[in-house]
Amino acid sequence: MSAPNPSGWQPTMGDADYADEGFVTASGDRGLLLEEALSFEIGSAEKCGVDLIEPEHEPADALAPFLRKHAPDLPGLTEPEAVRHYSRLSRLNYGIDLGPFPLGSCTMKHNPRLNEKVARLPGFADVHPLQPTATVRGALEAMQELAHWLIELTGMAGVALSPKAGAHGELCGLLCIKAAHDDAGEMRDVILVPESAHGTNPATAAFAGYKVESIPATADGRVDLAALKEKLGPHVAGVMITNPNTCGLFERDMKAISDAVHAVGGYVYCDGANFNAIVGKVRPGDLGVDAMHINLHKTFSTPHGGGGPGSGPVVLSEALCPYGPLPFTERTDDGLVHLVEEDNADEFGHTKAFGRMTAFHGQMGMFTRALTYMLSHGADGLKQVAEDAVLNANYVLRQCEDLLEAPFGKAGPCMHEALFSDTNLPEGYSTLDIAKGLIDEGFHPMTVYFPLVVKGAMLVEPTETESRIGLDRFIASLRHVATRALNGDESLHAAPVLAPRRRLDETLAARKPVLVWKGEDSG
Amino acid sequence: MSRHFTKDHEWIDVSEDVGTVGITDYAQSQLGDITFVELPEVGSTVGKSDSVSVVDSVKAASDVYTPVSGEVVAVNDALADEPEKVNTDAEGEGWLFRVSLSDPGELDSLMDEAAYTTYIAGL
Amino acid sequence: MRYLPLTQADRTDMLAAIGAGSVDDLFCDVPDGLLLDGPVQGLPAHASEITVERHMRRLAGKNLAASDAPFFLGAGAYRHHIPASVDHLIQRGEFLTAYTPYQPEIAQGTLQVLFEFQTQVARLFGTDIANASMYDGSTACWEAIAMATRITRRGRALLSCGLHPHYVSVAKSMARFTGDTIASGTPDLSPQPGENELIAQIDDQTACVVIQYPDILGRIPDLTAIAEAAQATGALLIAVVTEPVALGMIEAPGNLGADIVVGEGQSLGVGLQFGGPYLGLFGCREKFVRQMPGRLCGQTVDAAGKRGFVLTLSTREQHIRREKATSNICTNSGLCALAFSIHMTLLGGEGLARLARINHARAQATVKRLSQVPGVECVNSAYFNEVTLTLPKPGREVLAKLAERGVLGGVALERLYPGVDELRNGILVTASELTEDEDIETFATELAEVLS
Repeated sequence: MSAPNPSGWQPTMGDADYADEGFVTASGDRGLLLEEALSFEIGSAEKCGVDLIEPEHEPADALAPFLRKHAPDLPGLTEPEAVRHYSRLSRLNYGIDLGPFPLGSCTMKHNPRLNEKVARLPGFADVHPLQPTATVRGALEAMQELAHWLIELTGMAGVALSPKAGAHGELCGLLCIKAAHDDAGEMRDVILVPESAHGTNPATAAFAGYKVESIPATADGRVDLAALKEKLGPHVAGVMITNPNTCGLFERDMKAISDAVHAVGGYVYCDGANFNAIVGKVRPGDLGVDAMHINLHKTFSTPHGGGGPGSGPVVLSEALCPYGPLPFTERTDDGLVHLVEEDNADEFGHTKAFGRMTAFHGQMGMFTRALTYMLSHGADGLKQVAEDAVLNANYVLRQCEDLLEAPFGKAGPCMHEALFSDTNLPEGYSTLDIAKGLIDEGFHPMTVYFPLVVKGAMLVEPTETESRIGLDRFIASLRHVATRALNGDESLHAAPVLAPRRRLDETLAARKPVLVWKGEDSG
Repeated sequence: MSRHFTKDHEWIDVSEDVGTVGITDYAQSQLGDITFVELPEVGSTVGKSDSVSVVDSVKAASDVYTPVSGEVVAVNDALADEPEKVNTDAEGEGWLFRVSLSDPGELDSLMDEAAYTTYIAGL
Repeated sequence: MRYLPLTQADRTDMLAAIGAGSVDDLFCDVPDGLLLDGPVQGLPAHASEITVERHMRRLAGKNLAASDAPFFLGAGAYRHHIPASVDHLIQRGEFLTAYTPYQPEIAQGTLQVLFEFQTQVARLFGTDIANASMYDGSTACWEAIAMATRITRRGRALLSCGLHPHYVSVAKSMARFTGDTIASGTPDLSPQPGENELIAQIDDQTACVVIQYPDILGRIPDLTAIAEAAQATGALLIAVVTEPVALGMIEAPGNLGADIVVGEGQSLGVGLQFGGPYLGLFGCREKFVRQMPGRLCGQTVDAAGKRGFVLTLSTREQHIRREKATSNICTNSGLCALAFSIHMTLLGGEGLARLARINHARAQATVKRLSQVPGVECVNSAYFNEVTLTLPKPGREVLAKLAERGVLGGVALERLYPGVDELRNGILVTASELTEDEDIETFATELAEVLS
């Protein structure tokens, strides 16, 4: 079989027998630690939180054959009940608003509230995507302005704004590469991906119909340039490189990689998930990149919202620009910004645009937030963002590397995230214990078991959002938990014991999936 | 009956040119709790080292390669409801599929139990 | 800078603590000449909250907001009343600033919401199960097609000509990669969707039949007949719902035989937002669960035996299965799913049904009044809240003139189907609970003048 369990993650349930207060509560709540039932258990069909006046007459009409036999079986809640339900549920969550959220490669930085305010202006939030262009000039200008920022910050030739998230941007970039090769009459079927890549890279390449070939890493955690060169040839459509990479390191040979790939007629896709480390400091266009998605929800502070929405505009080189997807904005000499769609693409000279990635124009609500963030920071502030993010990560690396193995710590500084592994922990202690121990300390854990190339990886990304005091508190907790593991403190296996839930039985969830509520009998 | 092993942690018992294949106890211990087993179609023709089955744990999915070429003649349907059998009895009730061997000579390239034990000790 | 907590003294101290001479020492891996020696040129410097807000307000002010005009647009993006509590609740920091719930012990809020959301979507669609969301309706539609090709091991997708043309375009973009065949067409202005023509195109290589319900012209196809025809050849029926409010009134596609139901959830809780972010809904039969794209939340227990929720069946996904994953999707539309779920909880099933009846009644009133305008005819025999009208002049020109008069009168079919002469005079008109009698009257009056 293929490598069994490369990440090393193993389910552990911990010990249920933990000391509590010595008494039980009738409610199940414990002071401000509140439990909350499902909406299906507290709602009812008669309840509604929206006052709706039944239409005066309901004529029998042509819709009759299509009518539902029963209204959807969904209980309602009145407004006070609904507000309470969701407010109570929210308190079972950790968020950046509560403290550091050092998820490596996810870039959990502060979400400025001005962004939220601006995105909700009716002129942005209450505008239909298919309104006549004359009624949406300001929205198109905002898109054009965002495009300008992205192009200048990356040193690229153009940008496709419409991809919905990073992985969707990857698909967009590969579609552009495919379109360019098709246009040149070339059949290329291989995409090279470093073994340390995020899972979306190989998944995207495979989804896009390419064969994926893996490139090994060097001992210092970078792409092995010599190995990459050996794999290059006329069958290679391109490479997907993450820079800074998933180990938190800058790919020193990026320019050489680009040159080598270009020399055989391939294109360079850069995964821009970690652009926040170099924004305002290095321009990917100067490194020979042909396409790169930018996660607006990472580098440019739009909120993650418990898993999305994201936004993944893709900046493109001169060579790939003609192949970008519809629609996009373009400014004409008269200063007007136009929306280039199917009906006017030819008129604007975009005869090679490949079609749509999505309905409508992309994540406008994220564009306005990201633009607000860019304008707030300015070019000087964004440079400072990268510098502070990198400084904070190196500070964590150097303050903890005596206790936790830092696989690339000796090789030099890291970029925006510090990578540790559990290889120096005693038998029976793993990354999972460190992560769960941090929860009891009141912190969200770092990214764990990623990248796969490092056993028991722990990837800590503090971002520029953390203050010195906040960082010192986090470091003290990380050191404390690491010390507990190093000392063989068995109580760590039960962690977390202070969170709303103890370790959850993921094996049960996967073996006997319960994905929808089926009534009281489903537990 | 003879039991053979692969470097990829499959075992095969052969009796009258039909091989019963599973993953080794070592492999299941590395995987952790197994949650799902995807099995090949009965009647399909498979070539030595083809990926024909997948064993899932919570955070990993591992391809299982057939140690021999031939036709799949049976699969262990009990694993649909009880994938945990691969954990509790990987080299017995947790078998995955049976192959009617097209080239018994392929067995010569596999390890015997002693060789496999030495092999995993070195991992 | 208001978002950067480090002081200059902090930076100096921290650099000293880690033994670096300057911050650029930390960028030593960047090759010579590639590290910029100052801020990127051609971009402004940092600005105050006042300045930035002023700039953005100026841009927003150049747009005609739907709330400032009689508004009748739809075509895959619908304007509905959003209860005030929805936006308040989704802005709670614990929801807004959380990540994907990878650490379930401290993400039960998001996880329970996802479990409730999955249940709501499944019940609304009449499917066994639903996932935790996709990007939007158009990408969910492609994912459903890709899933059907995996299940059936066939490579032809038959798209009904009533499917939103943007959704068709997305499918064609993707099929360019995968090599699948996409059969599609342009609708004609007949009163009914033409199920028989579609059924006639199903063959033994067809992986799926994709049909929008109600369709792009607002007509309502007979799903049962298509489901039977598709399934008789081993193909799957994928129903696409771009207006979920309709399901408060018309039968759920899953109850009519659809194998996979996908949709755009923007109608509930999310708003127009000039096209995004929106919310992809995805439901299907339970037996297909291992082929589903996207995240799934499942119920389990914790070490103390308490009910809890986790992301589950992750071995389908890219972070584990990599190039063998069912999809490359990672980030989805979590916050939009929350907004949808809150709105749905406030409505309840009966409230949704009531909302749907109001929408239908407002559409009937709109059609009745507009049909009195000389030269205006309604195409549909049946509709929910959106209809196709034909005008005596090209729709796009008429709508542009109406916009000049402050009326957002609908979506021109020419915008959706450029170059199709037969559709040039058609417009899509949508009404909702927000449509007032005076909006309808203004629309009718102005339309009559523009057409005269």
